[in-house]
Parts: sequence; structure tokens; C-alpha cells
Amino acid sequence: MAKRIDVSGLTAYYGSHKAIEDISMTVEPRSVTAFIGPSGCGKSTFLRTLNRMHEVTPGGRVEGKVLLDDEDLYGTGIDPVAVRREVGMVFQRPNPFPTMSIFDNVAAGLRLNGNYKKSALNDIVEKSLKGANLWNEVKDRLNKPGSGLSGGQQQRLCIARAIAVEPKVLLMDEPCSALDPISTLAIEDLIGELKERFTIVIVTHNMQQAARVSDRTAFFNLAAVGQPGRLIEIDDTERIFSNPSVQATEDYISGRFG
Amino acid sequence: MSHAAVTDRRPSTLRGASLPKWSPWAIAAGSVALGTGIGLGAGLDSTIQWGLIAAILFVLGTYVIAARVEGRRQAKDRIATSLVWVCFLAAVIPLASLIWETLKRGVKVFDVYFLTHSMGVVPDTQPGGGIYHAILGTLEQVGIATVIAVPVGVLTAVYLVEYGRGKLAKAVTFFVDVMTGIPSIVAGLFILSFWILILNMGYSGFAGSLALAILMMPVVVRSTEEMLKLVPNELREASLALGVPKWRTILKVVLPTSIGGITTGVMLAIARITGETAPVLLLVWGTNFINSNPFKDPQASLPLYIYQQYANSAGSGAAYDRAWAAALALIGFVMILNLVARGIARWKAPKTGR
Repeated sequence: MAKRIDVSGLTAYYGSHKAIEDISMTVEPRSVTAFIGPSGCGKSTFLRTLNRMHEVTPGGRVEGKVLLDDEDLYGTGIDPVAVRREVGMVFQRPNPFPTMSIFDNVAAGLRLNGNYKKSALNDIVEKSLKGANLWNEVKDRLNKPGSGLSGGQQQRLCIARAIAVEPKVLLMDEPCSALDPISTLAIEDLIGELKERFTIVIVTHNMQQAARVSDRTAFFNLAAVGQPGRLIEIDDTERIFSNPSVQATEDYISGRFG
Repeated sequence: MSHAAVTDRRPSTLRGASLPKWSPWAIAAGSVALGTGIGLGAGLDSTIQWGLIAAILFVLGTYVIAARVEGRRQAKDRIATSLVWVCFLAAVIPLASLIWETLKRGVKVFDVYFLTHSMGVVPDTQPGGGIYHAILGTLEQVGIATVIAVPVGVLTAVYLVEYGRGKLAKAVTFFVDVMTGIPSIVAGLFILSFWILILNMGYSGFAGSLALAILMMPVVVRSTEEMLKLVPNELREASLALGVPKWRTILKVVLPTSIGGITTGVMLAIARITGETAPVLLLVWGTNFINSNPFKDPQASLPLYIYQQYANSAGSGAAYDRAWAAALALIGFVMILNLVARGIARWKAPKTGR
């Protein structure tokens, strides 16, 4: 079910500004890949190119290839909407739909896409909420608005919403940066469970978090402000945090820079 | 012990003299009394002048007293507060007196009979008759104008916020701004020359609706645009990231999130055009009889009725009372619309409860 991502020579622009340049990497299926690096180095931009959300930003465009199991996401005739159904996303700030109940939020992806069986909806919602470790907390108030939950619960609701449409890949853009340590722990545990089923890519500013949850870690950096961000190296997390092959990575991780 | 004694003797830098809580009221009462006294003494016969003098005395008095007792910074603070209060009263008094006047003069003939009968066989000089035909006309004309203006306005706003980039969007925004400033008489003249003189259609409620729609559209566009801009971009992205097409995202996420505000804007736009007299005067022409067909022959409408009754009344008599009663009905209608708008906004607002 999970799919491999192969990126080669990817460059992304905002208008005439080059945000990231010439990035190539492989994201293994059924594993967690973490992106670390200083602010503004293009981690989030790169993440958004993986499900064609980058082009939603006015002026956003991309050169290069992103292969999802040998199919180029930027090839001719590829429907970005179909891509986003395969590659789901969780955002930095929890963003449940404020007009919808908890149940409707989880069902939103299926309902708004229109292809679902009514009879299966209850099961899918329950399964997704259980998958996001939220079921026990909300099972008695599925009809209450999703915005009434705490921040950590809202973020798990957003994860439930994302996995309800059964994507192959799950992108997470700093999913814990707005949460307290306990909610963060809940989400990290969840990531560990979800990687059995999905390919997970997570952007994080928290290096301990990257070390805790990821199998592989990619370090991004930019030469100077205004310069495009680049991939410095990607390797097994253990190696990146113990014995990285590039000096800049070691400097960043040990806090001597950035 | 000695330590505490030392602290007590030292003057506190955090505490200062302050006026008692009731002092603004006392100053207000004093300045009103003084204003009345000056007004009487100088023989000014307008109570508005007395009020103005009292207001100036209140602001100055607050400043002087506070400056002497509390110091300059607190005095400036108090002068700002008192200015706010004076301006608030200056804004509220005309409004309250307008409603009071209309109520006082309007209730004389305002009853069920008045609401359910037309002026069909009643001469202007005679008592009796009512505004049924005018209410009917207003409802139909405003209803048709709303049906024309709201879809166009809301879709224009959706275009501007969700799709519009570059020159076309800028041009649309510019023309919407220009349209907002169109005087209602100009919209009326435009439809008059286009619909009635060139296309040779007769006077009708529909012609009035066209002009009202022109007036309503920019208001709807503007308010809807503001509401759509308030929808957080994160919600759009969340929906798009679920693989929902853009049009469904707009339909199912963006519009439901902002529907309360959009409805309020539409209701306020309706309230605005309900009171328009000039285009109705030019295009609907007015009648004393019940005409429920807005597409053929002149109709009546509330603002037009008020104008015509007042014009024929010479300042007193039955027609004069009817004009006031119709004005009361018009204000009531607009007030009900506003209440409905608030109700809908509250009902549709994104819920935060647990």
C-alpha cells in the first residue's frame, strides 16, 4: 500500500524567487523520513512539492521529477487532485473544518470527493479515529464541533481526516510545533504506528523528535539568506546524528550553527 | 519593625491622587446645569446650543479638574474618554430622536387595517386606506433585485478572492468600487434610458428591480469579498490536500465557513435598497391600486408611498399621518431584516462549543 518516492533534480520557485534547487532523494516506503534544517531552507516547500500543494501558492512552480512508484507526479496529464488523494498532508497548525462536527471532519475527504459507500462511512470514521488514537476520547461526542477539541486532539483529528482517504504517503509539516509535550508524545507514538501502513515524511524543527521518530533524516541548508535551499545530505537517522558525512550537518545538529 | 516604618514614610511612586469614581457623573451634571444656565441667561432659544455648550464644558471641565488633581497624563486619558462619550451621545441622540419621532407620529394610523388595505378608492385628503399595495410592491421589487444581484455578486466575489489574478481582477475590483459610488438616481436614469426609452418597455416593478440590483450588486460583492478573505487559507489547503477539487473546496468548505457573514452582508444590502426612492420614482411610477404583477404596469412601493403621501399632504391631515405610519412600517421592515441577519449569522457561525 505504501509507495516509494523518487525525487530527481527538483527545483521550486515562488514567482522568480528560487526557493529550493536541484534536490534528489529517495523516500523509502513504510518508513519515516525526517527533514531538518534552519528556518527558510525550503523543507516545507520541498514537502509541498511532493503532493503538488506548492503550485496552490500564487506563483509557485516546479522543475524536475517526483516519481511515486515510477509515475512522475509532474508528468503530462497528471491530475493534481488525484495526486493529493494518494499523498495526504497534515499541517503545522491543526486546521479542522470549523463548520463540521468531529464525525464530518473525518468523513470530509470521502464526502467531498463523493466516492464512498454510505454504509461504510461509520466504519471508516471509527477506523480512522482509532488509527489516530483519538477514538476513545471522542466516541461519545462525534457530533460536537471539531474546533472544541484541544490543540493536540485537533491535530490528531486532522491526522484521522488525512488517513481516512487511505493515502499511500502521509506528509507532515511540523505537526507538533503548536502542541505541548504530552500531545507531541501522543503524535510521535502515532507516527510509529502509522509507518506500518504509510510512507511518512515529517518536517520538524525539533532534532530530538527527528532522532526519536525517523528512520532516515535529510538535512537541508541554504548558503545565505535569499539563496535557494539545498539538500545537504540524507542518511540513516542513526548515522546523521552520530557520524554525519558533512561537516555542516554536524555543526547544525550539535548547535554550533543555525 | 523599623524596616516597615521606613517603607511607610517613603512616598510611593506607584500611587497618586485620583478622582473618585463618581466624578465624571458629577462633572457631566455640573456642565449640563451650567450649559442650561448659560443658555437661559444669554437667551439662546435652541436646546441644541445648550447641549453643545454643556458638551464643551464637560470636556474642558474634565481636563482642568483632572489636571489639577491627578496630573497631566491622567488628564489626557480622561479627556480622550470624555470625547468618546460626547461623540457617542452626539451620534445616538439624532438616531434615537428619529425613531422616537417616527414612532410617535406613525402609530396614529398604524394598525392591521392600514397594513392590509390599499389606497384604491381613498382620496389623499380622506382618512383610511393603507399600504398593502406598497408593501407588496416593495417586497416584489426588492425580492427580484435580490434574486438578480446576490448570485452575480457572490460569484463575482468568489472570482475575485479564489481565482482572480492580474489585470482582469484589478479591473473588476476597480469597477465594483466605482459602482459602489453610483448615486441611486443615476442608476435609475440608466435603466430609464435603456429599458424604458430604448427598449420601449413600460413602467413596472421589474424596471425598478433592475436599478435596485445595480445598486445592490457592489455592496454584495464587497461584503462577500471581505467575508471570503476572512476564511483561513489553511482550511482551503486542508481541503485541497485531501484531494478535493478546487470548486468543491469553495462550495463545501469556503462558502459554508463564511455563510453567516455573507448572509449578513446580503441582508444589509437589502436593507439599503429597500429605502431607495429615486429609482423607484423614475421607473415604477407608483399607483394607488394593488398590482401584484411586477412585470406589467406601475406598482407602488413604501418609500415612494411615503414621498407621494407627504407631497400631497401639505404638512398635516390624513395623508401626512399615513406618510409617517408608512415610514414606521419601512423602519420596522429594515429592522426585522437586520434582526434576521443577526440571527442567521449567529446560527451559522462556526461553532466553538465542546
